[in-house]
Amino acid sequence: MATPEKVSHWIEAFGQKITDNKAYLNELDTAIGDGDHGSNLTRGAAAIKEKMLETEYDNLSDLFKDVGMTLVSKVGGASGPLYGTAFIEMAKTAKNSQDINELLQAGLDGIQKRGKAEAGEKTMVDEWIPVIEAVKSGSLSNELIAESLQKTKDMKATKGRASYLGERSIGHIDPGAQSSAYLFETMLEAGVLDE
Amino acid sequence: MSRSHGILLVTHVEEVADGLAKLLGQVAGDVTIKTAGGTEDSDVGTSFDKISAALDTFEEDNILAFYDLGSAKMNLEMAMESSDKDITLYDTAFVEGAYTAASLLQTDVGVDMINEQLEPLKVKE
Repeated sequence: MATPEKVSHWIEAFGQKITDNKAYLNELDTAIGDGDHGSNLTRGAAAIKEKMLETEYDNLSDLFKDVGMTLVSKVGGASGPLYGTAFIEMAKTAKNSQDINELLQAGLDGIQKRGKAEAGEKTMVDEWIPVIEAVKSGSLSNELIAESLQKTKDMKATKGRASYLGERSIGHIDPGAQSSAYLFETMLEAGVLDE
Repeated sequence: MSRSHGILLVTHVEEVADGLAKLLGQVAGDVTIKTAGGTEDSDVGTSFDKISAALDTFEEDNILAFYDLGSAKMNLEMAMESSDKDITLYDTAFVEGAYTAASLLQTDVGVDMINEQLEPLKVKE
């Protein structure tokens, strides 16, 4: 069950992982985008850390909402509105549910509403869809997260900044899928899926 | 003379927005044109807060909004959702679309006619 305590650990670990891998995310984004994915998300992670230090959360919805609003405000690139909308939608769902399936599905629906991306377009959605399917069937593992990520390498981008490269986007891991992989790896680590 | 419609330009770079506003000002001196370019720190990117603040400063209730690239559109859409203004977002070629709208607003052409003129300039989704 997703409790405020577990989710706090999750968000903290996600921010740390993003920050530790800032250069790598920028490198992935330099190949097929504008090179700032790591820097942008790291800025967001720092702001979230600050916000969480000054706030005591007794419910999940407020926590997700603060994370989402902070990302929207502080991250300059596309990842701000996309991750921001995901967390804001999760906050709405968290008012009635602590079920991680429902929460993640609400997040994905938010991302797709905002970014209009479908499966197979080489975006973060290509990480979220298989992960949510696995969570629903109780089979999420680090291997599945890594395999889904690798699959974005052979895709041709038809959404987002990489789509301007057309065929040349093939052969590179999608940076948004990579940061999403970090999100789900840290979700497993924080025990959000445990009973 | 005040008009009922204003134009908002959202871009990843402050100078791009300001430069386009300068260009539009040449043909539309009486039309309110506001910009939200770059991030809060004037880096490359777009800012939800900056766009919301720009929307708030319009006296006009109807805003025609133009943007450069996809993430600008996403932040613009989020700002639209939390604004009281009546905002129309155009997926047109950025310079040509905004220029067309500004020229027509200046000559008091109605929004229906402007929309018709902008339709073939649509290049984004």
